[in-house]
Amino acid sequence: MTVQQKLAILADAAKYDASCASSGSKRAGNGKGIGHSDGTGICHSYTPDGRCVSLLKILLTNYCTYDCVFCVNRVSSDIPRARFTPAEVVNLTLDFYRRNYIEGLFLSSGIIQSPDYTMEQVIEIARSLREDHSFGGYIHLKAIPGASAALIERAGTFADRLSANIELPTQQDLVQLAPEKKVTVIEGTMNQITERKAEIDEDRRRHRSTPRFAPAGQSTQMVVGATGTSDRQILSTASHLYDSYKLRRIYFSSFSPFPLGDARLPQAAPPLVREHRLYQADWLMRYYGYNAAELTTDQEPNLSLQKDPKLTWAEAHPEFFPVDVNAASREAMLRVPGIGYRNVTRILRIRRYHRLSMDDLRKLNVRVKLAERYLIAVDHLPHKQQRLIGSPKPVQAEQLDLFAGVSAFSGQL
Amino acid sequence: MNSSALRQTILIEPTFEAWREAVRPLLSAGISPEFIDLADTESGATESLFATEPPASTGSGSQVHVPRSYIERATVVACHRDAARWNLLYRLLFRLQSDRNLLKLDIDDDVAEFRRLEHQVKRDLHKMHAFVRFRKIETDAGEHFVAWYEPAHRVLELAASFFAERFAVMQWTIMTPDASVHWDPSEKQLAFASGVAREHAPKTDDFEDLWRTYYSSIFNPARTNMNAMRSEMPVRYWKNLPELHTLPKLLTEAEGRVETMISRQPKLTAASFVPGDHSLPVLQEAIHACQGCELYRCATQPVFGRGPARARLMFIGEQPGDEEDRAGEPFIGPAGRLLDTLLSEADIDRSSTYVTNAVKHFKFTERGKRRIHENPRTSEIFACRPWLVAEIEAVQPEIVVCLGATASKSLFGSNFGLMRERGKVLASPYAERVIATLHPSAILRATDPERADQMRSMLLSDLNLASASLSLRS
Repeated sequence: MTVQQKLAILADAAKYDASCASSGSKRAGNGKGIGHSDGTGICHSYTPDGRCVSLLKILLTNYCTYDCVFCVNRVSSDIPRARFTPAEVVNLTLDFYRRNYIEGLFLSSGIIQSPDYTMEQVIEIARSLREDHSFGGYIHLKAIPGASAALIERAGTFADRLSANIELPTQQDLVQLAPEKKVTVIEGTMNQITERKAEIDEDRRRHRSTPRFAPAGQSTQMVVGATGTSDRQILSTASHLYDSYKLRRIYFSSFSPFPLGDARLPQAAPPLVREHRLYQADWLMRYYGYNAAELTTDQEPNLSLQKDPKLTWAEAHPEFFPVDVNAASREAMLRVPGIGYRNVTRILRIRRYHRLSMDDLRKLNVRVKLAERYLIAVDHLPHKQQRLIGSPKPVQAEQLDLFAGVSAFSGQL
Repeated sequence: MNSSALRQTILIEPTFEAWREAVRPLLSAGISPEFIDLADTESGATESLFATEPPASTGSGSQVHVPRSYIERATVVACHRDAARWNLLYRLLFRLQSDRNLLKLDIDDDVAEFRRLEHQVKRDLHKMHAFVRFRKIETDAGEHFVAWYEPAHRVLELAASFFAERFAVMQWTIMTPDASVHWDPSEKQLAFASGVAREHAPKTDDFEDLWRTYYSSIFNPARTNMNAMRSEMPVRYWKNLPELHTLPKLLTEAEGRVETMISRQPKLTAASFVPGDHSLPVLQEAIHACQGCELYRCATQPVFGRGPARARLMFIGEQPGDEEDRAGEPFIGPAGRLLDTLLSEADIDRSSTYVTNAVKHFKFTERGKRRIHENPRTSEIFACRPWLVAEIEAVQPEIVVCLGATASKSLFGSNFGLMRERGKVLASPYAERVIATLHPSAILRATDPERADQMRSMLLSDLNLASASLSLRS
């Protein structure tokens, strides 16, 4: 089989992994080999699915001993199989990199023989790139759940980022769809990465010469929509993973393609919108100070497909608004629909010497039409009618909130 | 007052340095921007249209204040192709003299415009880092990587250091219509030169085929979203990107690829047909309703295992054959008769063992009146596995013997190497002690008698191992 044929099979097999980021790691050129990372990540191309091509994202092999129902590479699937030699992967990476096609390599693999054996094969390629070719580009390695701690440590010395895929949101989902995988094993591997990284970071504070360990941290991926698990459960798992393992990112990947009308799959919802909403919720959790639990309710455990989660929350919490852009805390302003993270920072900077009007907000590209009923500006008070949308409270109580609201919420949320 | 009548035009080369030279005397003379019009020269050197002396100064020759943050950002804005940028830059600089916090005032119109231009240039710079494509040519001096690129703004100079750091050990050249830059790894410095037309750049690179293969394979056709693609990678960049040369073909093929992807999704497995109660009579009754794969359509009936419910030894074959399919019993054809012979040689009483198959329906192709056995596919083996696992749970044998590759794959996965692993007691996720060995029909099919003998003795020795393992435990 030619390298080109292998590439077609093993890139196709890797296309379900949503992650392609090359950010979070700065590495100066080393003068001996090609490559550097400027920390921001670069998308070298975009494919017709709107996704970025940043790394050469391939599997070492799509042979796999596991039988995960949602995965195309499962042992029981009738697909063409292939396996790269380490030299083939190394040369492809270098040749693509020299032509400025890519930022580096994202290498994953089906499980062959054992987790340790698979991990060793993956590490060997990263080692060769770094040691034999002084490659300074970005390397993202899949950490194979269940691989030994020594191998995880070694992987982290060559890789910028490691990721162990959680695969599915709950243990029950795994039992149902990925019988060989266990949450405890996957999280065990995540924990090894977290602890090792903490150790090395500690050492590096004392001795700058200590070699780095996965400087771009770790991420994970969760397949969404393959089971009936609710967004509430998914966000709770996500929140747990962020807190416990200091993940940089969680990627949500819609089960794809979504065969409509198939009775065995529980969701009838358009999966791409759902995936988008989960990313929005994820963003709110990481940058906007929302808790996983407040984005959905027990009565409505899934995110709205029609409205983004920030607006949904705002409509359900009229008591929180209006927020005065000239007085409210950062945390309170972050909750106003139509004002984004960067604009909150700008508003905080500007209002030290200037009281903001609606026109000013327009100049900052605040989505004023959406935001106006939730905020107070120097020349604007929302109409009661607008504020009362969705509120079951009597008018009087609402009026009290107008005054209690803003100051009481400062610094509180 | 009509200020335009009083405005003086100064033509400058499109570089930040030229602009600095031009405005330095204006600023120290305190000349208000409303009297000045700074414009790009068509052809070259900076020329002032002042008759002999600059317009009358309105302020004293006070100390000029130029914050570093302004310089950094203005260097970027200067690369913009908007003709109005020079006046904007001077207006801001002039206003900074009396309002040092001006740049923090994002809602000021000049500052907002400054930010907008800066953002556009930075985006173009970032896109240049991303979209330059080198083509390798061989020269007397060795490998030379050459790219031709059309940035939206004049960002080559800003972009060059990125490539110098990244490709320090390569000899490379980037050409644009405005300017070009060359890097020689031995000299380690950037050499700028004039612009180059597209025709002078290399036309192709052998590696681009591989790159296109990658690009087409990594794209998920089930999620086609051309708007997202266009917004991140505007169409004007496409013609210099080799991976986009096959885009139309890629899009026409997308639908077919989605169908392939759907066909590779998990089919029905038997799991939903296997009752929760794993007792043999219940299972045997239920299996007649199984439609866990397509094999039920052609076979006469499913063939369930036979043997005592508490057998200590379980044999798993491949699938029923022609005779088994008609009778509904496992291992009664030619292979079954050979198994009987071998079992008695190994001192095993077949009636005390449980005998079943990995796949419960007969798979065949019809040739005239004969039905010719066909190997089950991997997906069929795994679709049927829930029945086998249920049988193992029901019987709880001490030893499981897999006869042949199909049964072994079912318990060990499809990469299992039978000849490498046979003759050992192995552990599978589904049974603690498993011995994998040959299928009797392999001996029947062997054309070389010597080979047949060899295989027969292998199978017999593995059966002896099973028998011995049992006696050891009793």
